[in-house]
Amino acid sequence: MYGKKVKLRFFFVLLILFILILSVFLILKSLEENVVYFQSPTEIKTLSEIDKKKIRVGGMVKTNSVSVNEKEVKFIITDLKNEINVTYSGAIPNLFSEGKGVVAEGYLKDKNFFLATKILAKHDENYMPPEVKAALEEK
Amino acid sequence: MASLIGFYSLVFGLFFSFLIILFSIKNLRNTNVFNNNLISLTFLQFLFVIISFFGLVISFINSDFSNATVFNHSHTTIPLFYKISGTWGNHEGSLLLWLVVLTLFIFLFLLKSKNQTKQYRILTLLFQQIIIIGFFIFIIKTSNPFDYIFPVPNEGLGLNPILQDPALAIHPPILYLGYVGSSIIFSSTLAATSTNYISKEWAKHIKQWILISWIFLTLGILLGSIWAYYELGWGGFWFWDPVENVSLMPWLALTTLFHCILVLEKRLALTSWIVILSISTFTLSMSGTFLVRSGILNSVHTFANDPDRGLFILIFLFCLIFLSLFVFLFFFKAKNENTYNFFWLSKETSILINNWFMMYFLTVVLVGTVYPIFLEVITSEKISVGPPFYNKLIIPFLVPFLFAMAIGPKLKWIKSDLKNKFNLLFFLIISFFISALIVKKFNVNFLVNTILMTSVFYLFFSTLRDFFISKLKNLAQNVAHFGFSLLILSILLNNIFSSEIIANLKVGDTYETEKFKISFENIKQKKEQNFEVIIGKFNIEFLNGDVETLRPELRIYNQPNIVTSEADIKTNLLKDSFITMNLVQNQNYFNIRYQIKPFMIWIWLSVLLISFGGLKSLFKKKYEN
Repeated sequence: MYGKKVKLRFFFVLLILFILILSVFLILKSLEENVVYFQSPTEIKTLSEIDKKKIRVGGMVKTNSVSVNEKEVKFIITDLKNEINVTYSGAIPNLFSEGKGVVAEGYLKDKNFFLATKILAKHDENYMPPEVKAALEEK
Repeated sequence: MASLIGFYSLVFGLFFSFLIILFSIKNLRNTNVFNNNLISLTFLQFLFVIISFFGLVISFINSDFSNATVFNHSHTTIPLFYKISGTWGNHEGSLLLWLVVLTLFIFLFLLKSKNQTKQYRILTLLFQQIIIIGFFIFIIKTSNPFDYIFPVPNEGLGLNPILQDPALAIHPPILYLGYVGSSIIFSSTLAATSTNYISKEWAKHIKQWILISWIFLTLGILLGSIWAYYELGWGGFWFWDPVENVSLMPWLALTTLFHCILVLEKRLALTSWIVILSISTFTLSMSGTFLVRSGILNSVHTFANDPDRGLFILIFLFCLIFLSLFVFLFFFKAKNENTYNFFWLSKETSILINNWFMMYFLTVVLVGTVYPIFLEVITSEKISVGPPFYNKLIIPFLVPFLFAMAIGPKLKWIKSDLKNKFNLLFFLIISFFISALIVKKFNVNFLVNTILMTSVFYLFFSTLRDFFISKLKNLAQNVAHFGFSLLILSILLNNIFSSEIIANLKVGDTYETEKFKISFENIKQKKEQNFEVIIGKFNIEFLNGDVETLRPELRIYNQPNIVTSEADIKTNLLKDSFITMNLVQNQNYFNIRYQIKPFMIWIWLSVLLISFGGLKSLFKKKYEN
């Protein structure tokens, strides 16, 4: 009924469509899995359950809260309303210091303890992660 | 004084734009020959812009703090070299650099296109002038580099210390030559579309320009990556950071475009696709500028968060997109449609496959970069998309991509069959065994790594074989593809075999692992021109008796008062030893990070090889089958 050419073209279009749908699906699916959400200490306090997923916590490093031993660094992140204790073993960026903005990435142990796997590097002394700025402004 | 001259020659430069447009339109209507005065006019425009640029450089050298840009980004104690590089280490200066490159490129284009038609040359000039005028107005209205401060301050605010680095001093100019080079491709494509000149001759001519900006873009990305590796102290070279992504996207588009141009040159096919690609390459470069300059993406490239600037670029960007779509929809005439029927096994089909993959990679990077921005606007939820997203979506597709990259160049145009089937199979088996051996020995995720490594080795061996067998017939392609296989291979091995330890040590402490012992010997203090430095001395003893001494630094800059760590890296052909130290505030401990990164040097070398391939192609007289 149809010429060979038409059939071939039809399959070609179908193939492209299929690939397109597949790649869109793949992209959206991985986005869902690999996205890291940002939360402030206050938001964590209001969580109904502790999520096992990786999150980011941002705020200010509380003054006089940093303590170091051979293996780890402990400090408190505050958004001036609520606080959370952070334990971290890993590289510390240059601009990590008390009273300055910080973003820690890792896992919640409970609403008061956070196990950080990474502290994010920031590029200059005035830089405040936009999330932290918003969290600090909200209060 | 220099600032004053700089500002007025900038205004003169803008004035020349209008003059050029006036003369071009006159020339377009009246005569049949190209008016050579137009070349002189573009040269004069370039001259004025460069005078303006040097005006800013001189203000920086003299630390003339009556100039706001100098005041904000310089200091009397900075070494001369970084005073000069500070010129483009800020928003205003770097835009001026954009303009320098824009005007330079159109001048060179007019010089180099003497045997093209008058209409095409003038239209290219006109389209380029539209971009140039946009940038002139942008600079003069929202980011004037010559703003005057009164009373004149005695001292500047200083340059961000992490920008005081040789690689970063030349990274922006090189990258800009790539970014802005794509403007010529954009203007020329629009001109060729409106004069119905998209043809084999056009392909031959524009290929040069594509190659030039591709080479610079590649080198620019390389420099930025090397800088991130040793200066940011993480020991990585690519973080899928949004600002890295925005430089990768035009690169992907440009690479795709280059491969398409080869098809156009040979077979006069894919014309509309090429027009779309040229437009998107430049649009991606522009949106990259928009995203990092508007403060939407926060990074070292965000020099100032001024909403006006972001808005201006956005409007300008929309105008350009609208203009190009208008030209495309109303002037584009498709050539002979028959050529679109490609035989499934031919060089053009494999280039098409390359295109599909490239577009897929581009989409992934684009989605990962802009999705968080959209989500925040729509739901005000703040998220970040990290490396796992990209790895998961890109790595599986690298496998067929690499295979196609190995086989494609062996095929002939129009219709081809696979010769040497035995060889192809033989290489596949060899690659598989080598990869399986390597992966097996080191106990990592077997399936994924073996498959990926097999495809990499396959490309590696087949390009290597072609190199020796084809008698340098197609050296450029060969070198570039070989470089790419080497790049992926080094990245892969680097990922699998990298190891690191992180510890907090006091002076005199030692830290032992199974393979080595790190002892923190001592620290010394020194004073340099604009910073004080603490140098740590670390001895690393390996089990086999080798001893390495590394001396990382902590620099405390005077203005702005920032501490940076300088990594100490010992490089050899097999691995980099990489150490950084950092002082934890008010504590006696130093935070030490020691990394062994195998094959780092090969990552840099392979990118150099890739760009060398481009360079070779640029100087090749004609493209062989």
